[in-house]
Amino acid sequence: MTVVYAAMISIIAGAGIYMLLARNLVRMILGIALLAAGANVVIFLSGRLGSVAPPIIERGTEGLAQTAANSLPQALVLTAIVIGFALTAFAIALAVKAYSSFQTLDTAAMTAAEGEQG
Amino acid sequence: MDLQTYNILVTIWPVLIPLALAAITACLWQSPTAQRAVGMIGLLALLGSSLALVDAVTRYDILAVEFGSWPVPFGISFVADRLSAAMVAIAATLAFCVGLYALCEMRRVHISGGFYPLFFGMVTGVNGAFLTGDIFNLYVWFEVMLVTSLGLLVLGKTKAQIDGAVKYAILNLIGTVFFLIAVGLLYGAAGTLAFADLARVLPTLDASPGLVATAVLFLCAFGIKAGFFPLFFWLPASYPTAPFAISAIFAGLLTKVGVYAAFRVFTLLFEVENSGIREIVAIVAAFTMVIGVMGAASQWSMRKILSFHIVSQIGYIMMGLAIATPLAMAGAVFYIIHHIIVKANLFLLAGVVRHASGSDDVRKSGGMLKTHPWLAVLFLIPALSLAGLPPLSGFWAKFLVIDASFKADMGWLAGVALFTGLLTLYSMMKIWMEAFWKAPAIERKAVRSVPTIMVAPVVILAAITVTIGFWAEPFIAYSQMASVTLTDPSVYVQAIFNNPIQVGRFNP
Repeated sequence: MTVVYAAMISIIAGAGIYMLLARNLVRMILGIALLAAGANVVIFLSGRLGSVAPPIIERGTEGLAQTAANSLPQALVLTAIVIGFALTAFAIALAVKAYSSFQTLDTAAMTAAEGEQG
Repeated sequence: MDLQTYNILVTIWPVLIPLALAAITACLWQSPTAQRAVGMIGLLALLGSSLALVDAVTRYDILAVEFGSWPVPFGISFVADRLSAAMVAIAATLAFCVGLYALCEMRRVHISGGFYPLFFGMVTGVNGAFLTGDIFNLYVWFEVMLVTSLGLLVLGKTKAQIDGAVKYAILNLIGTVFFLIAVGLLYGAAGTLAFADLARVLPTLDASPGLVATAVLFLCAFGIKAGFFPLFFWLPASYPTAPFAISAIFAGLLTKVGVYAAFRVFTLLFEVENSGIREIVAIVAAFTMVIGVMGAASQWSMRKILSFHIVSQIGYIMMGLAIATPLAMAGAVFYIIHHIIVKANLFLLAGVVRHASGSDDVRKSGGMLKTHPWLAVLFLIPALSLAGLPPLSGFWAKFLVIDASFKADMGWLAGVALFTGLLTLYSMMKIWMEAFWKAPAIERKAVRSVPTIMVAPVVILAAITVTIGFWAEPFIAYSQMASVTLTDPSVYVQAIFNNPIQVGRFNP
């Protein structure tokens, strides 16, 4: 199971890095979103996969059973997804604004910040 | 109010106050005047509460707050030791000065674009990052800081700002993904996210490729934030495009949050010595210093020069982490405090010079020694301090780190630092000679006066620099005490676990 997940992460992250190498701003943003998705699955994988027993303390015992599912990674992944969504939304808005200012999405053609002086 | 409640409140105020201010100023969106008034009162309150926090940590050493009374490994906690308290206090001082400066510089377009809510949101993120005791929570504060700073960067909606923001956004988004992956791997290895618990668990684990990868990912993530060589390219591209007040607060605070996080993670969680990290950090620090200062030497725009100097100065602070002796750590803490004040002041001064001379390019200005002699003197204070001339604060900061590197047999690093200091002096003198000394490039009939409210923050920050310079001893003593938790993680761990809410003293 872990190997399948690991292979999936590497495919997602690989696709993300490939997209990131492009000059097109939208492709770069999509690449980062894919990479972030890969990171989320890493967190998910790191929190013991496989158990489906609910993380509830049984009556009469003091702590969780060893086999209980770990609910923390889900909380972490949820937080990360929300944050990632907000940042991606901002980045896309920025890309739209960049397109309307520069008439291009090619990052190599955006040199306004350097162009102030020689 | 009993003492315990006071200590809890004093630890969370530095986050609560700016958060509340962000909300209030957002509600007052239609009224710039009200936003300004609320903002200034709030910044004073923030300054007061941050100084109260410093006072509290000098009495109790470490304060910890566990939210919802969940004990440390289970819940999120805020931890204030001397380092975090100093960072919070310096951030509040800077936020106050920049707020004062912004009264004059921020136009209606900036305020109606949401300057105040974004500004306070950023301060919230910065203070949260300084105070949190949990690595995932640190990630969240990083993101708060990132998204608000992106908003601040594009306030003016100019082409250069959009371009700078694209570079800033892409590189920093990659950095936060690295951070997230590192947190995931760390959680997989250690099964916990609280700093104190990680510091307890990690030394018991065997070295594994996963942990090495985690450490390297953390170094890259913080490196992008802090602007280490070779990950700093976004910084000189984006910082100079923002309004002066905004680039001043970015220059003072944002990179230093990356540095602070690197110090926390590589002292509490990972050993710098005997793990290969020391060599990496030392080489990175040397390159950061030299490449940064070289970049500055080739520029003519004041803010570009200063932006490259941020990079270069980060190298000096990383020297402290590479050497990792108590002396070096104390030097690095002192350096951070000195650097935040001086660097932000130089950016504000660049704004004043721009206002007085009409240009950001030093080649186009000149002759200001005659028209604004007081400005020439004011500029020299932080400029010479940055270069490390006695008796200003930069001299002591450089002296401490260089002295530490000689004592730790890393003389080559000290050599690089001294060489960089010389080049720093060159580029500071370049600005001064061009802007103040030489004959004006364009003759002006009327002398442009500078509003007092623009000069006040510059004078306050320069006064702090001079105070640290002439009265360095208490600051050095404080830095030495602050370095205790950095060099000995057990102090931090014991403080959190032995007494959950309040914590006893330690002796360095």
